[in-house]
Amino acid sequence: MKVIYTDSLVIGGGLAGLRVAIASMQRGFDTIVLSLIPAKRSHSAAAQGGMQASLGACIKGDGDDEDVHFGDTVKGSDWGCDQDVARMFVNTSPKAIRQLAAWGVPWSRVRGGDRDVIINGEKVTITEKEEAHGLITSRDFGGTKKWRTCFTSDGTGHTMLYAMDNKAIQMGIPVHERKEAIALIHEDGVCYGAIVRDLITGELIAYVAKATTIATGGYGRLYSVSTNAVISEGIGNAIALETGIATLGNMEAVQFHPTAIVPVGILTTEGCRGDGGLLLDKDGYRFMPDYEPDKKELASRDVVSRRMTEHMRKGKGVPSRYGDHLWLDITLLGRKHIEKNLREVKEICEYFLGIDPVEEYIPVRPTQHYSMGGIRTKATGESPTLKGLFSAGEAACWDMHGFNRLGGNSVAETVVAGMIVGEFVADYCDENSLNVSTSTIEHFMKQEEKKITDLLVRDFGENPFQLKAEMQKIMMDKVGIFRNGEDLEQAVEELKVLNQRAKKIALRNRISSSNPELVEAIRVPKMIKLAQCVAYGAMLRTESRGAHAREDYLERNDKDWLKRTLTTWKDDSSDLPEVTYEDLDIMKMEMPPGSRGYGVDNTIHHPDTPKREQEIEEIKQANPGADRYEMHDLLNPTPIPEKFKGRNERIGRGFK
Amino acid sequence: MSDQERVLKFQIFRYNPQNKGDKPRMVTYEVTEAPGMTIFIALNEIRETQDPSIQFDFVCRAGICGSCAMVVNGQPTLACRTLTSTYEDGEIKLLPLPGFELIGDLSVNTGKFMRAMSERVESWIHDNYADEVNFERLEERMDPDVADEIYELERCVECGACVSACATKRMRPDFLSAVGFMRLARFALDPRDKRTDEEFYEIMGDDDGVFGCMTLLGCEDYCPKDLPHQTQIAYLRRKMALI
Repeated sequence: MKVIYTDSLVIGGGLAGLRVAIASMQRGFDTIVLSLIPAKRSHSAAAQGGMQASLGACIKGDGDDEDVHFGDTVKGSDWGCDQDVARMFVNTSPKAIRQLAAWGVPWSRVRGGDRDVIINGEKVTITEKEEAHGLITSRDFGGTKKWRTCFTSDGTGHTMLYAMDNKAIQMGIPVHERKEAIALIHEDGVCYGAIVRDLITGELIAYVAKATTIATGGYGRLYSVSTNAVISEGIGNAIALETGIATLGNMEAVQFHPTAIVPVGILTTEGCRGDGGLLLDKDGYRFMPDYEPDKKELASRDVVSRRMTEHMRKGKGVPSRYGDHLWLDITLLGRKHIEKNLREVKEICEYFLGIDPVEEYIPVRPTQHYSMGGIRTKATGESPTLKGLFSAGEAACWDMHGFNRLGGNSVAETVVAGMIVGEFVADYCDENSLNVSTSTIEHFMKQEEKKITDLLVRDFGENPFQLKAEMQKIMMDKVGIFRNGEDLEQAVEELKVLNQRAKKIALRNRISSSNPELVEAIRVPKMIKLAQCVAYGAMLRTESRGAHAREDYLERNDKDWLKRTLTTWKDDSSDLPEVTYEDLDIMKMEMPPGSRGYGVDNTIHHPDTPKREQEIEEIKQANPGADRYEMHDLLNPTPIPEKFKGRNERIGRGFK
Repeated sequence: MSDQERVLKFQIFRYNPQNKGDKPRMVTYEVTEAPGMTIFIALNEIRETQDPSIQFDFVCRAGICGSCAMVVNGQPTLACRTLTSTYEDGEIKLLPLPGFELIGDLSVNTGKFMRAMSERVESWIHDNYADEVNFERLEERMDPDVADEIYELERCVECGACVSACATKRMRPDFLSAVGFMRLARFALDPRDKRTDEEFYEIMGDDDGVFGCMTLLGCEDYCPKDLPHQTQIAYLRRKMALI
C-alpha cells in the first residue's frame, strides 16, 4: 500500500485550492495539492469579467465600501446567505485584490480624465479623478449598486490563476497532477486525507493528512449544457457526501447565466452587459426594460435568466435548429472597446460562431453556470460534522451566495475563502496531531480497490457514458431555470432508477491504468447521487428563492423556508439522501430580510423580521455616535482572522 | 456552413505506453458531421460510441485553458475550437503534440514541462517586499498602459503549440522555447519585478536561451493567442546583447 503523509492536503488546484495551500505553506506546514490537470488549466481560468472588491477608485465606484458590497451580496442571495460569512468576505476582498496586485496580476487601472462609456444604450462621458490615476479600476456588473468589478480585460480568472500558481511555484508547493481523489479516509468523525487514483498508471495511493481541503469547484456538468469546464463534475462534493457524515448545503441552488452562446454553452461574460451591451429579441427589440425598468439588463443573474426565458416563452425568441435563443448586442460598444476589454468574447465568437461581435449580434440563452450549493462548512471552512475536512470556493457551501451569486463574487470568493479558510486550516494543523490507525487507511484502500476490480471483471452491464447522458438530460429538462412539483417528482423517480443502474456498470475497455471509461465509471455513480441531492432538495423546497424558481410556489417564503437544506447520504443502499434543515437566525442578521426590488414583492415574511428591524432601530438610536465599524460590531460581530481584520483604505476617504 | 451531412474520416494516432506490448499506429474512425462540430465534439463522440479507450485532454473546451493542443493535419492548434468544417475533404489526421512526454494517444504531459519552465525562468514577481505589503493600504499605482501591455504578454495559455512548432527545440532538447521567452518578456516589462538585466541574462543568455533561437518563428505562426513572439524574442535579444 502506497501511503504519502502530509500536514495539509488540498484537493483541487484552482484559485481556492492554491490559496489555501499557500496559507498552509506560509505557516510552515507540509502541503500537497492534488489536481486532475495542470493547476493553470483549472476552471478558475475561465472566469472572464472580474472580481468584486469595494476599492471605489473608479468614479462610478465612488462611495463604495464593505457595507454597500455586503448589502448587494445579501440581497443578491435573496437573504439565503450566511451573513457572518458575507461580512468576512466583503471586509477581506479589498485585501485579497491588493495582495494579488503585489503577486503580479496586471489589474486594469484608472486613467485620469474623460472617457466615453455606454450606459443604458447611450454614450456618456465620465471623468475619472486625476488623483485615482494608476489605481485599480472597476466595471459595472449585474445586481450591484456601484461599479465594483475589478478586471484584466476579460481574462481576469486567467491572470489571477497564473499569479496564484506562480506564487505557489515560487514557494515550492508540490502539485501532484493527474490525480483524482475518489474517497475520503475518516475515522470516528475525523477526516484524515483521501484515497487517490493516479490517472496515468491507475495506481491507488493513500494521501494521509491532518487537514484535508476540498476545492474542486462546482457540479455544473450534472447538466447537459453548462458553461463549466468538462472537469466540473462535483466529484469533490460527492466524496464528502459518500462519507455519510459530511453534509452538503443547498444543493438545489444552481445558477443559470443569462448569456452563454448557442448551442455549445460557452460563456460570454456579464462584462458584455456591464460595459453597455443589450439583450434583444427576434424583432431586434430591447425587452429587459419592460420587465425590470430599474436595473434592466443588469438585474441579478437569476432575474435576467428568468425574464429571458419568459420572453422566449411568449414567442419572442429567435428560432434556430437548436431551439430558441435571444441576441446579445455589443456592437454599440465599438471595435476599440471590444478588442481591448472583451477580446476573449471576440475570439470565442469568431471561432465557435464564425461571427464578428463588433458587427453582428451574439446568439445567447440562459445556461447552467454556477453551483451555490456544496460542502456545508462553518465560517472557518470546516465541515460542522466531519472534523478536519475543510472546503473552499465553489465546492463549498461556506454560504456567502445563498440562492444566487452575484457576478464577480465567485473568483472573489475563491481567493478570499482561500485566505480565511487557509488560516483556519493552518490553525487546525497547529492544534492537532495525526492520529489515525493504519487499519483504517487499509480499509478505505481495500474498499476502493474492490470497487475498481468489480468494474474490471463484470462482463455485461450498463454503459457509463449513456447513464451520464440520461442523468444530464433529466437535470436539464426537469431541474432547470423554472421548476415545478410534477417535473421534480419525475426527476427524483428517474434518478432513483439511474442510481440502481449505476451499480451495474460494465466496461468495454477493461484495463486499470489510464482508461477514460474507467474514470467515467468511477465518477458517474457519484454524479447521480449529487444530481439526486439537487433534484430532491428542489422538490422539497416549496418556495421560490433566488435561482430556485418554482412555478407552483411563486413567493419567497421566509416564514417556512428561511433555512438551509442539508443533505447526507448515510445509507449506501438507499436511492435518496437524508434531508434536514438549518434555520437562518434573523435575530442575528445585520440586514434582516427585505425586498430585492425586482418585479412584484410577494414575500411571505417571518415574524422575526419586524422584531429584528425594530431591534436594529433601537440599537441605532441608542448609539447615535457610532461609526459604521462600531455599528457593525453592535449588530453582528464576526470572527475574521487577526491578519485580515484591519480597515481598508480608499482614495479620498482614507480608512473611514 | 452546409447542412448536408457528410462523413468525416479521422485518422488518429494510438499508443498507450501503459499497455505492455502496445505499438504506435494510426487508426481510422468515421463520424457523421454535425453543424458547428468541433474536434472536441467529434473526439468525445468517438470515445462514447466507438472506442472508450481513446485518450485526449480537454478542460474548458472554449480555447481558454490550453489543454487540448494537438497536431491537426500537420499543424499544432487548439482542438477544442477547431471546427471540422474547416477541412474541405473531410479528412482529419490527429497526432499528439511533439516535444512533450506522451501520456497516451493524443494526451501529452504539458503540465510537467510548463512547471519546469516556470521554475527555470522563476516565473514570479521578484520583490523582497512583496510579502510584506500592507494590503490594507492603497495598492501601488501602475501606469494604465503598462498594465495593459503586461496583460498582452500574459495571455499565453501554456498550450505548447509554440514548443512543438519550434525547430530549434528539436535540435536543442533544453531550449527554453517561445513560451519561456514570452514569460520572461512579461516579467521584464513588469515594474513590480525588481530583477536586473544581468539577472535575466543568467536565465536566458546562452544557446539554450534567447541566443539559440534560429528565428524560424514557428512560434509566431502557430500561437493560438497570436502573441507577439517575434517582437519579444528580438526585444529580449537586444536587451541581453547590451549586457
